[in-house]
Amino acid sequence: MSAITITDLTKKYGLLTAVDHLNLTIQEGELFALLGLNGAGKTTTIKMLSCLIRPSDGDAVLLGDSIKDNPSAVKRKSNISPQETAVAPNLTVFENLELMAGIYGQKADASRKSAREMAQRFGLDDVLRKKAKTLSGGMQRRLSVAMALISNPQILFLDEPTLGLDVLARRELWLSIRQLKKHVTIILTSHYLEEVEALSDRIGIMTKGCLAAVGTTAELIRQTGTVNLEDAFIKLSGGVL
Amino acid sequence: MKVLLFAKRNIKEILRDPINLFFGIGFPLVLLILFSIINKAIPDEAGNTMFSIEKTTPGIASFGTAFFALFSGMLLAKDKTTSFLMRLFSSPMTVLDFLIGYTLPLLLMALIQGITTFLAGSLLGLPLSVNSLLSVLFMLPITIFFVGLGLLCGSLLNEKAVSGICGALLTNIAGWFSGVWIPLDLIGGIFKKAAEALPFFHSVETLKEVISGEMTGILPHIAIVLGYAVIFYGLAALAFRRKMHSDKV
Repeated sequence: MSAITITDLTKKYGLLTAVDHLNLTIQEGELFALLGLNGAGKTTTIKMLSCLIRPSDGDAVLLGDSIKDNPSAVKRKSNISPQETAVAPNLTVFENLELMAGIYGQKADASRKSAREMAQRFGLDDVLRKKAKTLSGGMQRRLSVAMALISNPQILFLDEPTLGLDVLARRELWLSIRQLKKHVTIILTSHYLEEVEALSDRIGIMTKGCLAAVGTTAELIRQTGTVNLEDAFIKLSGGVL
Repeated sequence: MKVLLFAKRNIKEILRDPINLFFGIGFPLVLLILFSIINKAIPDEAGNTMFSIEKTTPGIASFGTAFFALFSGMLLAKDKTTSFLMRLFSSPMTVLDFLIGYTLPLLLMALIQGITTFLAGSLLGLPLSVNSLLSVLFMLPITIFFVGLGLLCGSLLNEKAVSGICGALLTNIAGWFSGVWIPLDLIGGIFKKAAEALPFFHSVETLKEVISGEMTGILPHIAIVLGYAVIFYGLAALAFRRKMHSDKV
């Protein structure tokens, strides 16, 4: 069953078309990666799907609700981990997690329980009472992703989730993301091709606001007649091999 | 529930900054003591009641709320610089949830500030009465005006501009045009007319009337304060809504 159906989704900023008539269907429980060079339209697409900005044209239906007609319903069942770390600096790790759980409707007891569970899952239990602003960049990033997951979203948008993380932290986060597969529908953007290859079920390659190709890693390699995902990506992005 | 959780977060963000705590609670008390010392230094024969405790306490209580414009504006402007606000914009929170969530903590702070200012005033000779309590309650519409102004600036401007406008500029304007530091009649002319057109003088006069028990004199002053509060809070709501729905999230 499809979780996300995108039809002619378009975003224009004056004369610039950031996303141009995007058509895509993502299945429930699928981890779909959006790849593209800077300015390809990945983040704009995610912002439209998470109801942060309104499309200029077209629509997307997320688990039965349109982002144009019923953004409140879409917001209740989805969550986003933005590209930049998104934490409240003067709140502790526990307070940040508890706040997000509460905002998505969990009662006080359930919020505290979820906060503890999420902290454990993301290796944040040792810094639970520390203010977010005192954490290292990597830890803040982990907290930011944990805050996106605490609402138990049915659809999760991960915009460059491992940006700025060291290798170990990145691998730990991969593990957490893998555990979500099949339970949560995920759209992930990343510049790390090995990350996309390791995590995603399917990949969409965006260039200049358009979807240039969609498929599994093997399909994209086959389609481009290349030997690996990097070469396939370069070829599909209009680069020279 | 969402509103209260957000308000709780905001009060923590504000109070965990010691400078806010000083300007929110401590600074009005420092001013009150300073004015009390000045008042004592004025000989009785001069017949100058300008700095009497009956006048300075409501004046400073009103002036103290000007800092809430700085607190609300800075909090919003800071939130705008991080992706935290973007995260909240993608949550089920509405414009109203945000506005109330930013305002509630400052109303609570206004109550605490008012109570401490009037209690301190009583230690310096101001008789405590039901009017003192009423004065604290009348600080709330004044606070809503300042919070509205702060949220308007916070929605439209960056941190640096907000700190300049809602900090140095506004506190000076609010002080000089309030008639607390210098009686308006002493200067007169355009300065007096401008002060009477602005809400700062009327905020002070409202509290002075309440504390003196002259309830009939409150209406013309509070009406102007309420008018400014409605206009600025309304503009803040429009600016915030525009920010929330803008393409530059």
